[in-house]
Amino acid sequence: MAATTPVYDSSRRGLRSIEEARELWAYRHFVFELASRDIKIRYKRSVLGVAWTMLSPLITMVVFTLVFSTFQRLPIPGYPVYYLSASIFWIFFSQVTSHVGSLTTDAIEIANRIYIPRSAFVASAVVVGLVNLLLSLVPFALIVLVTGRPAHWTWLFLPVSLVIGTLFTAGIGLIVFTLALRFVDVRDMYQAVLLPWFFVTPIVYEQSFVPPSWRWVVRYNPMTYLVEIFRAPLYNGWLPGPNTLAFAVLAAVLSLAAGWLFYAWKVEEYGLRN
Amino acid sequence: MDSETEPAVALTGVTVRYRVAAESIFSLKEYAIRKLRGRMDHGELLALRDVSLAVRPGERVGIIGPNGAGKSTLFRVIARVRRPNEGRVVVRGRVAPLLELGLGFHRELTGRENVILHGTLLGRSRAEMKGRMDRIAEFAELEAFLDTPIRKYSTGMVTRLAFAAATDVDPDVLLVDEALAVGDERFRAKCHARMARFRDRGKTFLLVSHLLDEVRETCTRAVWLAEGRIERDGPAVEVCDAYREWAHAAAG
Repeated sequence: MAATTPVYDSSRRGLRSIEEARELWAYRHFVFELASRDIKIRYKRSVLGVAWTMLSPLITMVVFTLVFSTFQRLPIPGYPVYYLSASIFWIFFSQVTSHVGSLTTDAIEIANRIYIPRSAFVASAVVVGLVNLLLSLVPFALIVLVTGRPAHWTWLFLPVSLVIGTLFTAGIGLIVFTLALRFVDVRDMYQAVLLPWFFVTPIVYEQSFVPPSWRWVVRYNPMTYLVEIFRAPLYNGWLPGPNTLAFAVLAAVLSLAAGWLFYAWKVEEYGLRN
Repeated sequence: MDSETEPAVALTGVTVRYRVAAESIFSLKEYAIRKLRGRMDHGELLALRDVSLAVRPGERVGIIGPNGAGKSTLFRVIARVRRPNEGRVVVRGRVAPLLELGLGFHRELTGRENVILHGTLLGRSRAEMKGRMDRIAEFAELEAFLDTPIRKYSTGMVTRLAFAAATDVDPDVLLVDEALAVGDERFRAKCHARMARFRDRGKTFLLVSHLLDEVRETCTRAVWLAEGRIERDGPAVEVCDAYREWAHAAAG
């Protein structure tokens, strides 16, 4: 009996980052329940339901195709597929990292009453994002068919890109979430960062169109490499080059490490309202 | 060491401090400006001051005291919601904080979905909650409505489901807030019966209440908190009488 009795001792503390990881694992059932709650509610409420998740990126795609391909005449063949192959990741990234900011209200409310590892909220936002991303592959395949672009065997590389992209997103998500627990203006500030970030990443244009004096902005932007590991296999039909892949993996690992350490360091201080 | 003599809940020299002023800066911009100017002074509020308390397994302790005395902070450190700034908290066994009914409930979800979400929020597994589902539905008398979104429930139905889900547990230590019994007269009696069963099975029981009669009736021991300190600790009847006397005197 005594051996199986859990003991909580507030004075016994290991490394916070390891302790938090263990707690997140213990609450994995909650992560999936919360994600499924969010997905169910989204699709129960909206009239178009799942269709809307698939439709809304297509509307943006039409707009960007008109602006950049038809009006500006950028010499990119198959522009709709070119855009979608990168925006699949960008939309996932921006949705997840914005969504975590709105989960802080829930997180504070609950964590003030019972014990809960708050990282479960970030993990659940990532799960919701992944479900939406998988759904967005349906319209992607459809547009490939309609515009007569070829299918590539390199599409099979997508799971690898997804793992790298998810780690990167989770890291940034943890930083935004932890800050948003404490400061109410972080959500708005982050939105103000997202828009310029979108435009310094080669999503709607090609890297080679950037004037040489500005190219460093794109080159030092980790998002460039993350977007590229999606675009290369999905649009170009080749595997991402070793340098691109190495930079993407590096960005993902650094992001997750920074995010997790910052979260574990600050969550107790930031996560409580008296 | 004999496990019988080890306390189920032990607090040694527990102090909890809340920052007051710093907590009111909610904007990152403002925080950054103040930090640059080096003005970060903030007041402190001591919610618990050097509290030591040992509760033996099976003991039933009522926590009484005026508002702001530190009763809910005491529960929070036991339930792991907050870590003490000083001192040590040790809890042996599974804790069930029966404080918030229906935490995490969402209107658009069905009764069944809400029960599972609520259970996983308390750290239980999905499979465990599915196993408990029939009993919970039966107790709440909602078998026929389990797959209906709870926005179609009446308030009484929601609270019945919440109570049933929260109390269908097998904990070692129960943290109970007053006014937990809900619903109409008949269902309230059912709630009380369930709480009495916990008591009779020798569970460790901590109850926060303003109702002195309830404490006298259910608890063997009472702890009177005042301004974050233990004012008095002893047999429930004795402490309740002393507190009542003090409260009457204070009221003039």
